[in-house]
This record gives sequence, C-alpha cells and structure tokens, in this order.
Amino acid sequence: MLVGVFAFCALFFAYRFAAGLGASTALNDGYPWGIWIAFDVVVGTALGCGGYAVALLVYILNKGTYHPLVRPALLTSALGYTMASIAIHFDVGRPWLLYRIPLFPAHWNFDSALFEVALCVMTYVAVLWLELSPAFMEKWSQGPAGFLKRTSEKAAPIVDKAMPWLIALGLLLPTMHQSSLGTVMLLTGQKLHPLWNTPLLPLLFLVSCLGMGYAVVVFESALSAGVLGRRRETPMLASLAGVMVPVLAIFTLVRFVDLGLRGRLGLLGTFDLYTGMFLLETVLFLAPAFMLLSQKARSDAGNLFRAAMVMILAGSVYRLDAYIVAFRPGSRFAYFPSFAELMVTLGVVALEVILYVVIVKYFPILSAPGAEAPARTARA
Amino acid sequence: MSAVDRRTVLKGVAATGAVAATGISLPAHGRVAKVAPPDAVGLLYDTTLCIGCKTCVVACREANDKKPDTRLSGGLWDMPSDLNGQTKNVIKLYKDPDSPERSYFKAQCLHCVDPACVGACMIGALQKREFGIVTYDSFFCSGCRYCQMVCPFEIPKFEWEKLAPKIVKCELCNHRLREGRQPGCTEVCPRHAVVYGKRTDLLAEAKRRIAESPKKYKGQKKGDPPKVYGETEGGGTQCLYLSHVPFEKLGLPDLSADPVPHVAQTVQHGIYQGFVAPVALYAVLGAVVFRNRKKQAATSGEPGNPTGGAE
Repeated sequence: MLVGVFAFCALFFAYRFAAGLGASTALNDGYPWGIWIAFDVVVGTALGCGGYAVALLVYILNKGTYHPLVRPALLTSALGYTMASIAIHFDVGRPWLLYRIPLFPAHWNFDSALFEVALCVMTYVAVLWLELSPAFMEKWSQGPAGFLKRTSEKAAPIVDKAMPWLIALGLLLPTMHQSSLGTVMLLTGQKLHPLWNTPLLPLLFLVSCLGMGYAVVVFESALSAGVLGRRRETPMLASLAGVMVPVLAIFTLVRFVDLGLRGRLGLLGTFDLYTGMFLLETVLFLAPAFMLLSQKARSDAGNLFRAAMVMILAGSVYRLDAYIVAFRPGSRFAYFPSFAELMVTLGVVALEVILYVVIVKYFPILSAPGAEAPARTARA
Repeated sequence: MSAVDRRTVLKGVAATGAVAATGISLPAHGRVAKVAPPDAVGLLYDTTLCIGCKTCVVACREANDKKPDTRLSGGLWDMPSDLNGQTKNVIKLYKDPDSPERSYFKAQCLHCVDPACVGACMIGALQKREFGIVTYDSFFCSGCRYCQMVCPFEIPKFEWEKLAPKIVKCELCNHRLREGRQPGCTEVCPRHAVVYGKRTDLLAEAKRRIAESPKKYKGQKKGDPPKVYGETEGGGTQCLYLSHVPFEKLGLPDLSADPVPHVAQTVQHGIYQGFVAPVALYAVLGAVVFRNRKKQAATSGEPGNPTGGAE
C-alpha cells in the first residue's frame, strides 16, 4: 500500500520538474515559501530531532540506560533530515546549483541564517548516516564476502575512533541550525506578525525541536511495541517525560514574558486569526505538560503516547504558523498549497516510512526485546 | 530504575532560563549599520510631476531585454499587473474610493543602503556593488527565494513559469551606467518625474522641493509633516520618493530608521561572533561525550537497568 501511495506521488515529482514551479504549486511572489519549506523542511527536521534529544541525554547527561533508544532515534533523524534535503530540491528553482554553496567558501555569507542552515543540514545528514553506519557495518561484516564486507571491516575501526567527535558534532549542528531556523524568520521583519516576531525566535525554535524530538522517540517506541511486538520502554520514557514538563512550561512562560516586556500582550485582545492561532499553540504546548504532571500519569503508556502526539502537534503548529500563517505579505497575495504540493509532500513522507520499514527489517536498529544494551562503542 | 533525577531537571531549567534571560535583554547595538557609499547613486521620483504615461515602463523593457507582459490583455498590449518575472519597473495608479485623491506610483527596487536581501542571500547572488547598486548574479542563485521573503518592499520577483527560474529586479541599469549613460526610465521621462543622480544631490533636491512648497507634499500618514521617503526608512534607500498623498497609501511601509536586517543580524552575530561560541561548545561537547562513553563502557549498563542490564 505504501509503495502504491509513493508511486502515485512520484507522478507529481515528475510533474513539478516538467511543468515548473509556477504551474505545479500555489506559490507566488508574495508567498515564495509554502509547505515544502514550512512542513517538509521546518517541521520535518524538527521531527528528525529524536536523535538529538536522545544523544543529549545519553552522552551529555550520562544516562547510559537510554542506550536502546539511540539507534532507532538516529534512524528517524537520518531519514527525516534526508527527506528534508530531498524536499529542498523540489522547492528551490535551480536545485542543481545548490552544490555551489559548499564549493565557494569565498562567497559564504555568514550574515545569512539560511546559509548557516543549509551548510549545517548538509553536514548533519552526513554525520547522521556516519553515526548510524556501525549498524550497517555490523550486518555487512557478517554477510557474504565481497565489497561490502571488506569495506565494513576496514571502516568500522576508523568510524569507532571518530565516534565521540561525530557524536559531539551531531549535538552541535542541530543546536546551531534548529535555532537558526528561528533566526531565518526574524529577517522578514514587519511581515512576520508581532506575536511571533521576537529576537527569542532562535531559542523558541530550539526548545520546540527538543520537545518534538522527545515526542518522536515516545511515538517510535510505542509503534515498534505495537507493530513489531517489542517491549515498551515505558519506565525510561516516563522519567524522560519528567524533563519535558518544565521545558514546555518554560517555553510558554518565556513567550508571555517576552510579549509583556515588549508591550505586545494587548495584541491578544484583538480577536482575529493570529490571536486564535497563538492561543491554540499555547494550549497545545501546555496540554502535554498537564497530562504528564504526576508520576502516575507519566507511567501510563497510553497517556504518554497521547501527550507525545499533542507535543508533536504543538511544535508543528508553531512552526507552520511562524513560516506561513503569521507571515503577512501584501494583501494582494494568498496561499493555499496546490494538490501537487500536497502530493509531493505525501510522497516524501511515504518514501521515508518505506525506507524505515526496510532498514529496520534488515539491519540491527531496534535492540532485541529484553536484550541488554551494553554501552559498548559499537552501539553508539 | 534510573529516573532522570531532580538535579538534571534543575540543570536543564536553569540553562534554559539563562539563555532566555540573555535573549530578552539583547543589546540593541552590536551590529554596525551600513552607510551609503560616497558614490551612491539613485532615483528621485516625485508623484506631483508624474502623468502616468508609462514611457519609463517601455524604456525599462528595452534597456533590460524584457518582453512586454501581455498576459492580462489577451496578448494584445503590454499590461503588467505588477512587478513580476519580466517587469522590473511599473507605474501603478492609486485611487481613493471616497475622494478625488489619486496618484501615480513608480515601483522598482529602492536599492537599500543596508539591504535585507543581500543579508539573506546564501552565497552572494545578490550583492551591493559599485555606486551602492544591489546587483544580481544568477551564477550563485539556487532559486531559494529567501530574498523575496525578507524584502520589506516586495521587490525581487521570480520567473515562476520557467524551468530554470531566476530572480528579476531593477539593477539601476548598471550596464548602461558603465557606458556613461543613465538608466532607461530616467532617460525618457518627459516630465522629469523620475530623475537619476548621486544620492546626496537627490536628497538635497528633494528637501529643496519640500521647503519650496511644504503644502504640496505629505508624510507617512495623513497629518504627518512632509518627508522624503527613503532618507532614513529601513536604514535608508538610494531611490527616494516625494508624494502628494500619504506614503502608506502608495504601499510604502512605515519603517523605522533601523536597517531591516538589524535585529536578525544582531542575534546572528551575537551567537556566531568569530565562531567562538560554536567552537567552544564543540570542544565541551566532545570532551563530555568522550568521558561519558568511557564511563558507560566501564559499567556497561547501570544496575537495575530497565533494559535488562548486564547482571
């Protein structure tokens, strides 16, 4: 079924390149960015922050117990970021020239937050697959003799040596570009509604991506429990949820304090789309915090899963608002994604799920149920 | 059961709070605003002189090899709806529905002194070059359209219908300036409603006109004192406007004197100044990761490990 969906959507992949952006999308000179950026890239990479959230925990806060979560989280991150990179090729007008960005260091514009995002994401995709490569090499080195086996046996020790620095890079890069995704919209100045436009955008984007990353890990764990019959990691996830409560609360508090200090709280008195969306975001961010308030509530797998879903929704709505809904070009323009845009997005998501299923099936990603997770270097 | 302990949570909360505090109290200085180069050139357009003949629109097409835009007229005559992928200069008409007040308005790139588009462009397809003109080089353009997102005047346009689309905007006919000629639009204007010159001269001339007949000219909003639009707006622009109707009615936004990219770049520079912070963070992260992995390898799973542990 998934393959069918993907095949159907692939027709629209072709259509976009055959007909051009004007014919295939609803984008225009007022709304030059649509869902391919706001959803596929901005929401997509935040959903790809599971690896970042777990790595922070395991390697920085030194919680080795979470190790079994590392690989599945890394895989969704690698796939999420790879899909976002593919989506960018659909969105930009001249994708074959994207490769001039790394090739011309003399022209790098360090003033541009988008440049920083582009370079970081390019690097991060490579880092993620490298961090994940031991899983592939373990499999290949046990396989039949041949190129893959030889390469794996040669490369594994090298990757193993470099792993701490790769992991550190895998922590630094998302910190940089997830916050920069907020700075990107800061430059749109007056076009971004004042409820969203604040110098704190980088911080808010960073915090929301951590919340989403954590929620994705919960989602994944429940999914692999439901679909693949794995053991739920509920105790682990429950203790993690304890961290999320203050994070979500702080996110909301910071927003309101910031509005207060800028004298913009009065804006919430006008009943319009913007106030509505802002309040919806506030409710969505606070709801999971309340759902996870007590130790008992956190230990309930179903409740944990539902709270994680709301968290993903909260972060997604916040990002879509900041990039599309709260962006106000001249009144002559309107934007609602075209069918082709929606299909391309769906196709990219379908491809991601297909790859996830295939990779999980053939490679040691999900630790075997009940198996211990020795914190050996090879498990990183 | 290794719960995330209270101390860890507190650490996280404290760190987030600290970052938030520094963010809220961000200094408003820290980035030097750009000033117009001494040889900056530009245009001065005066609505009181324009008769809406659109000769400048035709001249602009000829000067820039752009075909007439006949999409709205069923292929009969040139009728651009606005600036677009084949129109770098356009004359619009503003009509007040409730009064006889009306005005023409010439739209083209204002060539900001401190342009948001140049700050946005990843590898410098848009650059401010000789005479302070904001130029475009498609060799470095991947078509990401970030310049369109950030321009407060919505000037850069995109060739939506092409398979290898480029950004299109007025470059002040810099190819003609190099030959010692003036831009197409100013060369043909029969009433000198738009004139070309050095920015300093144009500004002086604009102020002279206001001083001469202060009743004739208007400010940003109804009732504001007359002003030259572009003297300070958004850090100043090299193309200037004088108008007999409030500027907001012509679609020129009310911008403070702060350069448009000021806040975003203050934040960006604050975080990335000299790349010190990222490098330091990387070193710390690397050291912590190294230490923690060693520890974890030694204990190979804590006792009471919910995944089964190594006991």
